Amino acid sequence: MNIITIKNIFSRLFATHILISLCMLLMLGLANAELVTKEQIKGLDEQVQDIKKDVLGISTELNLLEEKLLFPSSTQISIFFSLEGNTSFQPDAIKVDLDSKNVAHHIYTFKEVSALQKHGVQHIYTGNIRTGEHSLQVSVIGKDGGSKKTDIASHSITKGVGPQFVEIRLTGAGVKFRNW
Amino acid sequence: MLNSEIGEIVLRHTLITILTLFFTCNVMSAAAGSIVKDSVQAGGELKDLYFGEALFHASQKRYFDAISRLDTELAQYYGLDEPSLNSLYYHIDNAEFSVGDFELYYRMHNRAGRAIKAVIEGNVEEKVRNEAIYRLAKIYYQKQQPLNALNTIEKLNGEVPEKLRYEEPFLRAQIYIATGKFSNAIKLLKGIEGADGFKAYAGYNLGVALFQNGNEEEGIAQLNKVGLITSGDDRVLAMRDKANLVLGFRLLEAEKPSLAKQYLQRVRLKGPFSSKALLGSGWAAAATGSYDRALVPWTMLATRNITNRSVQEVLLGVPYAYGKLKIYGKAAILYGQALETYSKEIERLDASVTSIRQGKFLEAVIREELKKDTNWLINLRNLPDTPETHYLAEMMASHDFQESLKNYFDLSELQKRLDHWGNYLSAYDEIIKIRAAYYEPLLPVIGTQFRALDSKMKLRTEQRDKLDKRLKKMLVSPRPDFLTTVDERIVLQQIDQIKNKLEKQGLLDVRALHRITRLKGVITWNVNTQYHDRFTKAVEHLRELDEHIDKLNENYRSFVRTRQAATQSYRGYDKQIQRLRIKIRSAVGKVKVLMARQGNLIEVMAVNELENRRRRLEEYQVKARFAMAESYDRATKKQQEQQIRVEREKKKKADQEQNKENNEK
Repeated sequence: MNIITIKNIFSRLFATHILISLCMLLMLGLANAELVTKEQIKGLDEQVQDIKKDVLGISTELNLLEEKLLFPSSTQISIFFSLEGNTSFQPDAIKVDLDSKNVAHHIYTFKEVSALQKHGVQHIYTGNIRTGEHSLQVSVIGKDGGSKKTDIASHSITKGVGPQFVEIRLTGAGVKFRNW
Repeated sequence: MLNSEIGEIVLRHTLITILTLFFTCNVMSAAAGSIVKDSVQAGGELKDLYFGEALFHASQKRYFDAISRLDTELAQYYGLDEPSLNSLYYHIDNAEFSVGDFELYYRMHNRAGRAIKAVIEGNVEEKVRNEAIYRLAKIYYQKQQPLNALNTIEKLNGEVPEKLRYEEPFLRAQIYIATGKFSNAIKLLKGIEGADGFKAYAGYNLGVALFQNGNEEEGIAQLNKVGLITSGDDRVLAMRDKANLVLGFRLLEAEKPSLAKQYLQRVRLKGPFSSKALLGSGWAAAATGSYDRALVPWTMLATRNITNRSVQEVLLGVPYAYGKLKIYGKAAILYGQALETYSKEIERLDASVTSIRQGKFLEAVIREELKKDTNWLINLRNLPDTPETHYLAEMMASHDFQESLKNYFDLSELQKRLDHWGNYLSAYDEIIKIRAAYYEPLLPVIGTQFRALDSKMKLRTEQRDKLDKRLKKMLVSPRPDFLTTVDERIVLQQIDQIKNKLEKQGLLDVRALHRITRLKGVITWNVNTQYHDRFTKAVEHLRELDEHIDKLNENYRSFVRTRQAATQSYRGYDKQIQRLRIKIRSAVGKVKVLMARQGNLIEVMAVNELENRRRRLEEYQVKARFAMAESYDRATKKQQEQQIRVEREKKKKADQEQNKENNEK
């Protein structure tokens, strides 16, 4: 929509001879200004998109390499943390012990809790263990209906030949585990 | 509260609202198209933890991590012989769509467009397909390709997801407006005008469409309606102000200043459009010749932050009004003050341009602590040697600048990642070296021992297989002789030896032969009568043997796996790491160049904006100088006229007195 500007009104009200000198000034100014065209912006944006694609490709390759090199499937254990839908237990912090050794601890930001509530799953730990029996102990500190709550739970894992995935799920009834 | 304080609040508010309004469109599209929240709900229970991890990143707007995670999962998924056995199989449609969605948020429109097109062309549910069409049309619209957007949105057919109930017609109407199909847009906008969350936006757009369609009166009525909306939402109130402002200026342009005034006065004093409204209000009064009334809003406006365009303009407006009221002296003084203010502002602008050209603006905008604060743009000016951001506020809210700035942020993030990755590769090289140094001397020895054990194992396994075959045959044709014990076989051998010996010695008579046969018969008897027990035991022993063999085989496989894992832990990575190193190095170079170009573009945009403002101020300076001179002339002239009048009066009085005296004489 064309909106009249004050400049237009002002110009009408002021003497016309001023405009001539203004135009000259304006032209002088324009001669010095470096122009930024839409094409320039678009062209650069496309190049940025291309480099993003390249870097994402590198990231994918690195993820695969890292998994193969650092966490081969025969020894890999990955631990995830999630919230049960509609649970009133909101985590503030979590501590994960594997075979009585602390392997992960995390303090949650508001954004992270919100992401967990939207069905996001946090990948909290990846490591290597031998095949056989292992113990997992998890302690979660948080709030439930405004009051502080701490829940500690243990779980045993039998590591087989393939990669082992364990989901720690925070529910209204406390911490639950699921082997994947 | 002091007027200047109000001015500062208004400015801060304006800045935030301009940015908020700029993002309104995106926010609304985010609410409409966001798959993050609904991905799992749509597909039921979460079946793939890594898909959940991607959602976790995306919900926190960490789109690079989200895309990277999903790309990795998809690469693994499509590399499988039987993908249907993979847990991602249950979310594959959502995963494909989500990648496109995340790419869109990461402003990779080209790739997102391709991903979404793939979903549209794929075998997906009608709702998913329609959502994809909506998303693609939105991409085209945002990329200022309205015809492509129109062609895409018209492919939409059938059921639309509930969350797009109003979003879809709103987008469609926007596309129609952009392509000049105003009557179609009007029809759609009338349908959603009353919907929650759309009242102000749809209503305002409807007003615009009506004006553009030539329905002037209806347009005025529509904007008037939007201008009266009540709400607690700042964004809606800002839209209300905008409607009133647009209407006011449209009527001013149509030379209906009295009507215009009533709309301009509706604009909130603390809103983002208040300065413009105050300026317009003054002009509406001035246009009717009420310069004294014009001075009320203008004087209020003149005390606000000087960087505001309207405030800079009103510095000329106030003395202009005084001039019209024939208070030339005051007008001349105010023009002089305006000149001084403009000079100071020009100096500030020059300093800001210098600061930008020295790269301080870019250094400041990528500071982490600024990015975490939503008021970062306002806080930017508190940093040392940074440019005056008040002047850049409007430009910074523009689409082109925002996109350029985001690209610059993204490039800076990519640079950090690439630097980290370069270090990772060096660490990987070291790990591989250490592993090789450990395993290389061990593996040949272990290999030799393993081969010896392997041949023994093969032998024993063959023996076991023979026994198994024999036992199976004995089920069909019993062979008791196969079930004699070792002792019995020895005894039978001994009996045969005795028999041969006696025969050689010629002592094998009937009695001895009978005894030998009887002894052999005892064993045969035992073997035959105990055949079933012995057979069962033999089978049981074979099962026991199988258990040991199973364990042996498991150990064997475990050993093979471990040996393979040991080999794979350091062999075969060289080429891959080398390739990645080259790719990273090349990407680092490209990012560096692009950052420089993007940074330069941002600086040029900022400098251009400041220079535009500078030119405007110079323009005002010229006007102020002429007007000041004119005012002084008029003031002097007025003063002279007054003086002449006084002198004339004096002379007249003196003449009268003289005449009086003369008459008396």
